[in-house]
Amino acid sequence: MTDAVFSVDGMFLLAIAGMTAVTYAMRAGGYWIMGRIPLTPRIHRALEALPGAIIVSTILPIALKGGVPVMLCLVVSAVVMAWVRKEFIAVVFAVGAAAAMRGYGL
Amino acid sequence: MRGALLCLPILPGVIAFGAAFGTVAAQKGLTFAETLLINSFVYAGASQFVAMEVYGDPLTWAGCLAMIGVTAAVNMRMLLIGASLRPWLGQVPGIQTYPSLFLLTDINWLLTLRQYNEGERDWGIYLGSGIFTWTVWSLSVIPGYFLGSLVSDPKVWGLDVIMPAFFVALLVPLWKGRRQTLSWAVAGGVAIATWYLFGGYWGILTGAVSGAVAGAFLDD
Repeated sequence: MTDAVFSVDGMFLLAIAGMTAVTYAMRAGGYWIMGRIPLTPRIHRALEALPGAIIVSTILPIALKGGVPVMLCLVVSAVVMAWVRKEFIAVVFAVGAAAAMRGYGL
Repeated sequence: MRGALLCLPILPGVIAFGAAFGTVAAQKGLTFAETLLINSFVYAGASQFVAMEVYGDPLTWAGCLAMIGVTAAVNMRMLLIGASLRPWLGQVPGIQTYPSLFLLTDINWLLTLRQYNEGERDWGIYLGSGIFTWTVWSLSVIPGYFLGSLVSDPKVWGLDVIMPAFFVALLVPLWKGRRQTLSWAVAGGVAIATWYLFGGYWGILTGAVSGAVAGAFLDD
């Protein structure tokens, strides 16, 4: 058991190598392609719209899965952020709201 | 250094997430060395969890391919995240940017994006936040592997909402008017539809691409 702690399965190593390779290909690939495409105003606008679109597409399914408590926390975060413009404070309030709601068994 | 400071608010989230992965890895019967390797090299939380779902001991060729396949599917969004960094990192020589893209995650992308929108042009912010987050992530898996039960329920403390709350907070300053409202509505509608139909992570990809296309063709 003790020597097993540091052993690595060959097949598993192969899986890690493959996973690392595809993930890096994704990380660098999008960046690389954008260097090959001429940056027309239209493409520029698409890149500008991309971050917001990624964020919206990421959080909506999380919010739906999490149900009303998670949605409320996200609303708290947005409201605090719009108000004080400090993401740190917004996150603290949202986490506090989540802990409080769960404390009351919601 | 300033990049590292920017990461402080999401630190508890990173640690809880990393530690949770350590716990799952221990339960699945990975050795300590295997856990460290997969965590530090792949370095993409959500895909590691999904890969653990398809992992089985002993690992067969099919299992190995399945792990790589789901990783690719979950991390497809990195293509878009990387693309959005082009206008900024494009000024830095490739020999520096390409290694640094290994450190690219949603978290440090969001953090640095906010700075960029406020007029920051020093790419050291991206590099610093990336190295810092990677280090914390790599270490956080260790307590999780050995003391799994301590963080078995991050939900009680509300730790699971850190990431989504952070996403929402950083969305707020990106809103500038009608163009954002419309392109986000398109992105959200497509993402939810995709999620209902296919589940998983495909909604991020389809939603983000349609939102970007909408943004490209909308006038202010």
